[in-house]
Amino acid sequence: MNIHEYQAKELLKQYGVPVPDGRVAHNVDHAVAVAEDLGGERWIVKAQIHAGGRGKGGGVKLAESIEDVRSLTDQMIGSHLVTLQTGSEGRLVQRVLIEQACDIQQEFYLGMVIDRATQRITVIASASGGMNIEEVAKTNPEKVIREAVDPAVGLMSFQCRKIAAKIGLTGKQIAAAAKLMQALYRAFRDKDALLVEINPLAIVNGGSLLAVDAKMSFDGNALYRRPQITELRDFDEEDPKEVEATGHGLNYIALDGNVGCIVNGAGLAMATMDAISFHGGKPANFLDVGGGASPEKVGNAFRIVLQDPNVKIILVNIFAGINRCDWIAEGLVQAMRDLEINVPIVVRLAGTNVELGTPILAESGFPFIMADNLDDAATKVMATLEQQS
Amino acid sequence: MSVFVHKHSRVIIQGFTGQHATFHAEEAMQNGTTVVGGVTPGKGGQVHLGLPVFDTVHQAVDATGADVSGIFVPPPFAADAIMEALEAGIGVVVVIADGIPVQDMVRVKRYAADRNAVIIGPNTPGIITPDACKVGIMPSHIYTPGRIGVVSRSGTLNYEAVQQMSELGMGQSTSVGIGGDPVNGTDFVTVLRAFEEDPETDAVIMIGEIGGQQEVEAARWAKANMQKPVVGFIAGVSAPPGRRMGHAGAIISGAEDTANAKMDLMEELGVNVVRNPALIGETANRVFS
Repeated sequence: MNIHEYQAKELLKQYGVPVPDGRVAHNVDHAVAVAEDLGGERWIVKAQIHAGGRGKGGGVKLAESIEDVRSLTDQMIGSHLVTLQTGSEGRLVQRVLIEQACDIQQEFYLGMVIDRATQRITVIASASGGMNIEEVAKTNPEKVIREAVDPAVGLMSFQCRKIAAKIGLTGKQIAAAAKLMQALYRAFRDKDALLVEINPLAIVNGGSLLAVDAKMSFDGNALYRRPQITELRDFDEEDPKEVEATGHGLNYIALDGNVGCIVNGAGLAMATMDAISFHGGKPANFLDVGGGASPEKVGNAFRIVLQDPNVKIILVNIFAGINRCDWIAEGLVQAMRDLEINVPIVVRLAGTNVELGTPILAESGFPFIMADNLDDAATKVMATLEQQS
Repeated sequence: MSVFVHKHSRVIIQGFTGQHATFHAEEAMQNGTTVVGGVTPGKGGQVHLGLPVFDTVHQAVDATGADVSGIFVPPPFAADAIMEALEAGIGVVVVIADGIPVQDMVRVKRYAADRNAVIIGPNTPGIITPDACKVGIMPSHIYTPGRIGVVSRSGTLNYEAVQQMSELGMGQSTSVGIGGDPVNGTDFVTVLRAFEEDPETDAVIMIGEIGGQQEVEAARWAKANMQKPVVGFIAGVSAPPGRRMGHAGAIISGAEDTANAKMDLMEELGVNVVRNPALIGETANRVFS
């Protein structure tokens, strides 16, 4: 689960990470009031969306007067900001963060993730901060410092000093950076984060360190014990179909093809999409109905897949382990009765109770196209699509 | 011998009296698994499925000599249950739960570091040596005894591959689901090593997914250390590039993290790569005969 920059900064501030003075604003008057309240002569206006690359996309601007704050906020709020990470349709900006501008003397990159390779929380740091960090990782991987944290003792001071020295900090800045890193680690650990990223971490006038940007992402599986984080969720930043799917216990991701897919298990769902692609087709979605798929769940899966107007055919591929094919079949028949389904449906059932499920479909009177195995299913999808066109 | 679990394995179930655990324990017993008891805190002294229930894993191990545990407790309690099993000296811990907080697993891995145990999962259908020992939730009837080892991240894709094998008359020595979580108990290399050392396994099918580099590392390890042939597949060729936040994910994974890039690398390292998931069985049959 992702949160906004302003939320991440508020959270990190509570842990002792130095962040610029600033507040979020939902409209122009509010933004002006925030800027006047903050004082100073220059402010940064930052569009708040859940995507990176905002600087290059025009979502971070310097205001040199209160009038600038007014006009920049007016431009941003209500606009669709397009960045490298949003896709071409962009994201609707609904609020901006107004901060006091600071003079940045030097920029660094500082992040923490759970690294699959070490299976530990790992600090990532680089002397090359700012927007080009991915490029640095590709071209000069040796300039990206990684330090894994032993969960038994946590991130130690000496590790932080080592990282700080490696990215070129000296003198008092080493101790300040160590303090900042440990604060960041405590926030990461206490809130079950999956990612925190300070890019840039800046040295500002006077030589102090400041987290100029902040991104945080949290473990959805741990939200049950992090109510404070759950409250920060912004449904406007998520695909409504995906939100609806999650509410029904389904995992759905929209794609741009025309073959709707309803499958159990993430791996088999991907393999089903791969088999369709292998036969020259294009999947319209990824949908995992999960274990214990009740007839209601199957019906909901159909509803969500059919909301996509591009869907010309649906492939149902169920390999039942803890699921039961007879339940899935009943769900399919029920969906045919309840919904207006005008596209052909190819069904492949296998596993637990397949001998009970297949007759339910055959005797239902609905024109299910039955497939014996995965290859047969993909072949029949393509043949049926061809007949239609 | 098969790997990790076999006909002499003595299995306990943690969360024994729960509905799912009961169903799958019964099914496993009907298919030849020696279940010797179970653990449900607060229900020690009861009898369930004709077997003793204990309050702690320690008591269960002392009384039954169990060496394998199937953990069926819900995700919030799973990390504690895994550590309890490790502390009690269980050698093979199978964790079915899907949805364990990832930092819990980071702590579990640290706890397990200096203990000589194998953790299978989490987020796995489990492990099965057909007709001898099953600890998990997979449909037993699709598996048949044989000499091919299967290791996969995905559960249902494991079933898919096994069904394709069975239709061609190929059986399994052991099928291991290492689970789909980013931090998991056992990696591909550990399972490949076990299969390489197992005299009852002739060849291995390895089924991976996009995300991380562990399949490539496994292929690299196999090239240097394995005599037995490996057939491999990576799911997710048609998956969209992950929507992500920030850069850290891309930085940490380094090399191009796509299914095709992984399969290309695996092929270079000598793995017999299948590009069409519908032909896993057929390819294995051709390569292994």
